[in-house]
Amino acid sequence: MTASLEIRDLSITFGEGPDAVKVLPSVSFSVAPGECFGLVGESGSGKSTVLRCVSLLTTIWSGEVKIDGRDLRELPLKQRCRLIQMVFQDPYGSLHPRQSVRTTLAEPLRIHGLDDHEGRMKRAMIEVGLPVGFLDRFPHQLSGGQRQRVAIARALILEPALLLLDEPTSALDVSVQAEILNLLARLREERGLTYVMVTHDLAVVDHMCDRFAVMLRGEITEILPREAIPGNQATHPYARELIGASLDYEGRA
Amino acid sequence: MTDIASSPARLPGWLSALRNILAYLLRSPTSAFGLAVIAVLVLTAALAPWIATHDPFAQNLDNVLQPPGSGHLFGTDELGRDIFSRLVYGARITLRIIFLVSVVVGPIGLIVGATAGYVGGWMDAVLMRVTDIFLAFPSLILSLAFVAALGPSLGNAIIAIALTSWPPIARLARAETMTFRKADYIAAARLQGASPLRIILKSIIPMCLPSVVIRLTLNMATVILTAAGLGFLGLGAQPPEPEWGAMIATGRRYMIDSWWLVACPGVAILCVSLAFNLLGDGLRDALDPRQMNRR
Repeated sequence: MTASLEIRDLSITFGEGPDAVKVLPSVSFSVAPGECFGLVGESGSGKSTVLRCVSLLTTIWSGEVKIDGRDLRELPLKQRCRLIQMVFQDPYGSLHPRQSVRTTLAEPLRIHGLDDHEGRMKRAMIEVGLPVGFLDRFPHQLSGGQRQRVAIARALILEPALLLLDEPTSALDVSVQAEILNLLARLREERGLTYVMVTHDLAVVDHMCDRFAVMLRGEITEILPREAIPGNQATHPYARELIGASLDYEGRA
Repeated sequence: MTDIASSPARLPGWLSALRNILAYLLRSPTSAFGLAVIAVLVLTAALAPWIATHDPFAQNLDNVLQPPGSGHLFGTDELGRDIFSRLVYGARITLRIIFLVSVVVGPIGLIVGATAGYVGGWMDAVLMRVTDIFLAFPSLILSLAFVAALGPSLGNAIIAIALTSWPPIARLARAETMTFRKADYIAAARLQGASPLRIILKSIIPMCLPSVVIRLTLNMATVILTAAGLGFLGLGAQPPEPEWGAMIATGRRYMIDSWWLVACPGVAILCVSLAFNLLGDGLRDALDPRQMNRR
């Protein structure tokens, strides 16, 4: 299953008239089915906000978001949930502390009235590389990387076509980061998932994404292919600066 | 791939959590005392017919106001009834009040508080203003008014106490809910298509439960005192029910010469409400989510 995503003139404005404050002036981009699209930029540039709008966790935006050509706002809730899922930044905050992994994974299955809970949960655990026995563990009995795997399993158990990744590795150790990124890359290959990934690590973009957008103060400055990173082929000054800084850092490291 | 994951494996986890909490409570002398007194109270209530030495209602006018000892452990009251037996049967009434009040107050407070905190907006405003109105009255005065309106009886006393003791629980549940309503795991539940009701019941209430249980336990002392107060004023349990507050009220007239009429039920009330306070304190240490990681 796979889906395309098209965002046109996504914006958030508070107030009206001349005093209106544009939090997110205007964001437009489109993601092809099966593509991995990166969103990079400094803190507060609106990367995560775009994801929250697309997932409808934030509803006060205007503009147009289409999934497979269908308007996001007109999709019934349950259908939307089975198309879009999200993996959050902090695996310590995204799993319910008092629910076992089994409960966490079974909830979406119950909500959507799916069959074969046990089989689906086991397959999900195996897919994210966790032992099936971990189903009866609680989040505080898991490491950060294991928690993030559970969060990924939870996102995938409804078999979505589009996965929103909100800095899925930034709260993890470097060695674990690579494992999670490889897991995500493998899942995309196997399932043909479409990813929109927020990160501020250009190395992650280089590893994962086909194209990426550089955001600054709620606007996309430039959309670049991955190949633009090594030679710093960006044309916008801010994008050039960002990529240059990252290349500098890696050159020194 | 090992297949150890099946439903029976979950019960021991739940049981061991309970055992952990009990072990934790027994480690500190004060909460162990509270637990012991409450255990004694429950056992006394359960085994009342076997523990009581006399019929609590049997009058013996030849044998009134006997001092402790001499065949009556705590003496007899103004109608010759055995005070010890009345105390033992009174434990049943006390427990019934505590149990019924908690069963009513806990869920109401939780639902009102969690709904107000999670939904927010006008729902929050309406629910919290109602709560404020209840909180604006002193609880004993409000219970008095309710009982006066409903008519004096034990059942009405329980209703009146329940009506006055849910608002603090609702406040607490709302405050707790506000701290994590924006958490990622709530957002994840929303993304899975969970309805607000489902989120409140499955995600929010389990998080509020520990502090509400603590608060309920601490509340029980107040409930006992309010019930005794209502009994004392003749608005709770009616004679000849051996309710501790009512026993004090009738014993008051003979207090100067026969201190045991008042002292025995008084000490019983003191011990039980103290025990619930100590247990609540211990539970706070045992269940505090901020200390969960230490165990």
